[in-house]
Amino acid sequence: MSTSHPTAPAGARETTEGTVYTLSGGDWDATAEAIARSDDERIIVNMGPQHPSTHGVLRLILEIDGETVTEARCGIGYLHTGIEKNLEYRTWTQGTTFVTRMDYLTPFFNETAYCLGVEKLLGITDDIPDRANVIRVLLMELNRISSHLVAIATGGMELGATTVMIYGFRDRELCLDAFELITGLRMNHAYVRPGGLSQDLPPGAVDHLRDFVKKMRKNLVEYDQLCSGNPVFKARLENIGYLDLAGCLALGATGPILRSAGHPHDLRKTDPYCGYETYDFEVPTTDTCDSYGRFLLRVEEMRQSLLIIEQCLDRLEPGPVMVGDKKIAWPAQLALGPDGLGNSLDHIRNIMGTSMEALIHHFKLVTEGFRVPAGQTYTAVESPKGELGVHIVSDGGTRPYRVHFRDPSFTNLQATAAMCEGGMVADVIVAVASIDPVMGGVDR
Amino acid sequence: MSDAKDKGNGSPANSGPDKAASEKAASPAPAGAPEDSQLNDSAGALPASVHAPGEVIAERRGMFGANNGGDTSGYGGVRRTVRMPAATSRPYGGYFDEVADELEGALEEQGVDPAAVIERTVVDRDEVTFHIAREHLLRVARTMRDDPALRFELCTGVSGVHLPTDTGRELHAVYHMRSITHGRLVRLEVTAPDADPHIPSIVSVYPTNDWHEREVYDFFGLVFDGHPALTRIMMPDDWQGFPQRKDYPLGGIPVEYKGAQIPAPDQRRSYS
Amino acid sequence: MGLEEKIPSGFMLTTVEKMAGLARKSSMFPATFGLACCAIEMMTTGAGRYDLARFGMEVFRGSPRQADLMIVAGRVSQKMAPVVRQVYDQMPNPKWVISMGVCASSGGMFNNYAIVQGVDHVIPVDIYLPGCPPRPEMLMDAIIKLHEKIKDEKLGVNREAAAREAEEAAMKALPTIELKGLLR
Repeated sequence: MSTSHPTAPAGARETTEGTVYTLSGGDWDATAEAIARSDDERIIVNMGPQHPSTHGVLRLILEIDGETVTEARCGIGYLHTGIEKNLEYRTWTQGTTFVTRMDYLTPFFNETAYCLGVEKLLGITDDIPDRANVIRVLLMELNRISSHLVAIATGGMELGATTVMIYGFRDRELCLDAFELITGLRMNHAYVRPGGLSQDLPPGAVDHLRDFVKKMRKNLVEYDQLCSGNPVFKARLENIGYLDLAGCLALGATGPILRSAGHPHDLRKTDPYCGYETYDFEVPTTDTCDSYGRFLLRVEEMRQSLLIIEQCLDRLEPGPVMVGDKKIAWPAQLALGPDGLGNSLDHIRNIMGTSMEALIHHFKLVTEGFRVPAGQTYTAVESPKGELGVHIVSDGGTRPYRVHFRDPSFTNLQATAAMCEGGMVADVIVAVASIDPVMGGVDR
Repeated sequence: MSDAKDKGNGSPANSGPDKAASEKAASPAPAGAPEDSQLNDSAGALPASVHAPGEVIAERRGMFGANNGGDTSGYGGVRRTVRMPAATSRPYGGYFDEVADELEGALEEQGVDPAAVIERTVVDRDEVTFHIAREHLLRVARTMRDDPALRFELCTGVSGVHLPTDTGRELHAVYHMRSITHGRLVRLEVTAPDADPHIPSIVSVYPTNDWHEREVYDFFGLVFDGHPALTRIMMPDDWQGFPQRKDYPLGGIPVEYKGAQIPAPDQRRSYS
Repeated sequence: MGLEEKIPSGFMLTTVEKMAGLARKSSMFPATFGLACCAIEMMTTGAGRYDLARFGMEVFRGSPRQADLMIVAGRVSQKMAPVVRQVYDQMPNPKWVISMGVCASSGGMFNNYAIVQGVDHVIPVDIYLPGCPPRPEMLMDAIIKLHEKIKDEKLGVNREAAAREAEEAAMKALPTIELKGLLR
């Protein structure tokens, strides 16, 4: 361009009255002509953050040449909630209420990872009652199923396969029914607490869950029948979103993405927590490195989760679900009243009427919270999306000094560029859906 | 107590971290220990108090968060020193010794004095932390990834911690490295002062840290030198300040309900 | 079977306003505007068990140009706020907004630097729906309440008069600080 006009585009010269700036642009005709001459069809397409196919408030900035994506970049942060900062202003127990809302499809994983960290800082990891651990595992596996179902359902919807979406949400409702029965809430449970659980399983939960496993096992077959062999489905997913093992490790991708590259890395096996080493289950892998492999993996992982749930149900023994140390155990005894879940009236009557010390203790523990010895810890759990790590720093106070979540969605989403570039625009959707990013987890 | 331990186990190879440890530990130990045990008697059974002379990062006064006005609670005289776990001397236990040996060996092979690179080693709650001098971070990261005996393939990103009272090393960057081959997990900690918030970027070694470093920059203002595009990632591009630093208010608006004002969370009472 | 059999001579008299209201409330097109947890519940509402199709609303429009209802489902961050406004501005009139969940309604538990303390700082809201997240039944209740509101909406000069009235009432309303209630 600069050759087409003789003067420099901008210049300055000194005169007696001060500096005089001259600005001269190129000739628009010349500019338009130059653009017309170039056969460059590159366009920048901005997708999102509000777009039906971007899996939440993800913004994709695509540079496309015809139908081919030459560059793909993600814009995130549209759901940044400042949860990590909020945690620093609440007690350790209240923290679960916040972390459960990070990746809202995997609330139990967030809670458990956080609570395992707090327990490690307190040094009470070995004191957690068995029943609490079994229920944690049970709920995490239930949650794995519900999360994978949403991944498959929304992925299907983004492909235009509405049936898959309806199937997925139908079965997810079954999981949510179980959650609601156990925790009282469909989402955002805050059920797992430092030291154990907020309350025990309600009566009838075990029978309900056995029915659930039976129903779910029947329904899971339908995904195979509907999708796995479906030529249209396969044509959309196969060889799309390719990321091999080297790429996965370099980009830190974990979970189904890493396992679809053939590496059976699963923290439940390599770094067991909550007693996972005592459960009998397989870590499925595929070696296709693509979206289709990830879909198959998710279905298979749900089957394995059902196996674990059955084992949990078999080994549920009556017992406490909260650590015995009364300096840590939340003193509330919850009961279901006409106005919802709350403190048991009998318990309140007891501590108000009979024991001044119990009342003081209750008050102190609820308002002030317990102190956690200074130090830092990193605990990781295998969430449905990959390694969910929690870095907790305590300064010995009643509130966390710093909590950082290494969310698998956040890290895995970085693989978008590697998976999409060189492919077609329509396949970007499939690749992103196979990463299964949940923006609540990405942005926190 | 710690001095004796140091002498007993001290060997030429690890004199560096131990020296740093005894320096840090020496000053607060005599005065701090009895007072601390008295105040923390309820937490006496908990593990951290075993590590007694730790690294002092702050001091707290009083209780119940009553910092303004007179001392009506009677607890105003309570002083509590906040200590992070102290440096550990050999043996670290578990695979930590092996990792430390290999790392030191590999650094020596590269002609670097390990004592100058690894400032301190802390083993706490079955986790090992290597405090790395920031100018050597890139070398350490590369060694951790490439050395066949170490092979930490996976970096789980970086987490920033702001400790305004830790003078001269206010900003901490904490990296967790996972070795899938050997099934190990170690922590690297690097610090930078507020006045010069620069840390070398390790994106060239671990590309996964791209977004993680941008996030820490966004929230803490830590500048990762050598990062390909260090821009804000979570906050809007024109945001002022670094919101997760301790000196940045939590923000929010006071919530009003039927005339009652509930202050924003950061202005409420806190229990010191 | 229904109304038509009770009509004596085969026709009914009504007002244009009522007719338009009936048409409008029976054919609403929500924009897909999922932000956070509530978005999942919003999708659930559209899916099998809760079946928003019963209210003729199962088709969520991808483009705001084709939508007349915006369900702000989830926390609105400072970074998202301009986008929310832009999407709202793109929607053709008449348009309505449901603020789904406490985060969208008031910021909820996230009283901090990152979250807009109520989406009504950015766009006008017709229905506030509490809950974290609200159950699908609650969302449907909000939608039905909105239908009721739309059904009785005025047209033309009446609409202007109604808007003026509402404005005057808002000017006269006591600020929250002067309300007497539970805490005073």
